[in-house]
Amino acid sequence: MRRKRNRQKKTHKSIRGFLWILPSFLGVTVFYLLPYADVVRRSFFGAVDNRFVGLDNYKMVIENTAFRLAVKNTFLFTLLCIPILIFLALLCAVALYKSKYGGIIKSAFLMPMALPAVSVALVWRILFHSQGLLNHWLAVVGIVGSDWMNTGNAFWILLVSYIWKNLGYDIVLWLAGLAGISTNIYEAARVDGAGERQCFFYITLPNLKPSLYTITVLSFLNSFKVFREAYLVAGDYPHESIYMMQHLFNNWFRSFSFDKMAAAAVMESVVLLALILLLQKAWDSAS
Amino acid sequence: MGKKKDIKVKASQAGQKVRRILLWTLFVVLALIVLYPIVFLLAGSMMGNDELGSCLGAIFLGENGYARFPLLPKFPTLQHYIEVFMDSPGFFVMFWNSVKVTAGVLIGQFVVGTMAAWGFARYDFPWKKGFFLLYVILMLMPFQVLMLSDYLVLDRLLLTDNLWGIILPGVFSTFPVFIMYRFFAEIPDSMIEAAKLDGAKDWQLFVYLAVPIGSSGIIACMVLGFLEYWSLIEQPLTFLKDRSLFPLSIFLPDITSIGKSGMAFAVSVVTFFPAVLVFLGGQDYLEQGIMAGAVKE
Repeated sequence: MRRKRNRQKKTHKSIRGFLWILPSFLGVTVFYLLPYADVVRRSFFGAVDNRFVGLDNYKMVIENTAFRLAVKNTFLFTLLCIPILIFLALLCAVALYKSKYGGIIKSAFLMPMALPAVSVALVWRILFHSQGLLNHWLAVVGIVGSDWMNTGNAFWILLVSYIWKNLGYDIVLWLAGLAGISTNIYEAARVDGAGERQCFFYITLPNLKPSLYTITVLSFLNSFKVFREAYLVAGDYPHESIYMMQHLFNNWFRSFSFDKMAAAAVMESVVLLALILLLQKAWDSAS
Repeated sequence: MGKKKDIKVKASQAGQKVRRILLWTLFVVLALIVLYPIVFLLAGSMMGNDELGSCLGAIFLGENGYARFPLLPKFPTLQHYIEVFMDSPGFFVMFWNSVKVTAGVLIGQFVVGTMAAWGFARYDFPWKKGFFLLYVILMLMPFQVLMLSDYLVLDRLLLTDNLWGIILPGVFSTFPVFIMYRFFAEIPDSMIEAAKLDGAKDWQLFVYLAVPIGSSGIIACMVLGFLEYWSLIEQPLTFLKDRSLFPLSIFLPDITSIGKSGMAFAVSVVTFFPAVLVFLGGQDYLEQGIMAGAVKE
């Protein structure tokens, strides 16, 4: 009898709980879920005659050279920029942790996050122009520069921009991880005669492992935003080394290639979803 | 023997000191490099046309040689700011559009997102885990994946070429829900139980308990949201065609002449100024908001 009443109470409560989510969920349904379902449907239909074409759109996209270029660049970029950023941020965070002026340096590193890409674009254009400032400085020390944004170097400029913009963000994330390690462990280890290096490798690093997942995911999330700088500096058709997925989608959008966009969006979301779930699984088993 | 050890200790201490000085020099240099673009824009915005011409002629006028740039302007002037504020009505339209988009999204997120975060943090309902996972997945999808979906719905609701078409999808972004959820989940159960015993209703718990106690989380979201929507590029670029609706964040200044480049500098500074103010005022909250993403449930 009593149990029954409890259960009733719980189901009642559960509906009430969902009411809090409802406005948000309705919006999410209208603006994200339903149209996404439509995109999935469209990926199997022709753009013009709306005829069922099976996997033709997917085949067309995979064979598309621009798609291959964008996938290759985006993949290469993420593969390089995320480990570099995470590693650099870890070095900085460890050095800044518990130091007197660490706060000021951290603020300086966070500042680029606040700068809108349009403001930065002007600086980039002047710095990396073939007759720009960077080449001027290089000429002073006797090095011949390059036309940075119109050669393969554009890729590295973009990589540096990403690190410049996100270093502070990742340092804060690592600092949060460091702050979560209890000082008792270090004290105990020191009593046992562990040196600074041993403490770092046997205490700090293993304890930071749970932070690694979220830092990776958030750095990944932010890596898509480099399109902003790339677009503002180089426009719709930048040097091929920085032609990213967003450029491709923009160009397809402009030519109303919705069939290609749909197929590519579905493929990308499936790959990302697999990646997210894989990372989460690795994270769950690690901690 | 003891003396030898003493010397060794001293030497290693000295070595440590040198290392520390080197490390901090490196950090200060790096910080200065990181901040250089800000100094650069400020300096450029206060240079007269003559000075800009002689410094940047190589880029803007196609002269030979390289551009150069002093750290500070030789004869500082506010001329370009006056031009921006007095003589360019287009600038105000864009500034106002940016304000509308940012304010619209933030107010909406405050209402809708806070409620959803509270629901996730405090209630149990069927498939809650599934819903939450869905929110996390949506939060991690980049714009390009959702671009066509977004367009299809905006097109059907007749919201393309309309600021609401930028604001509404932003309001239902799931990222703030995720961040605020973390803050609400930290409110101790005992506090809520006590309020319930005093006869507080559900909405009263939310308004008088959750919102004030979770305020740092809400502010953190607002700061993160401000920085994001103030510099929004992909959405307005895709969905707005009417130039009178453009926000500042996609305004690419024409810098083919020196006179215009001075204004471009001034506009850049005016664009980042509100963001830097929000950043400086809300840095503690911003850090808390970033960290909220890092803590495991």
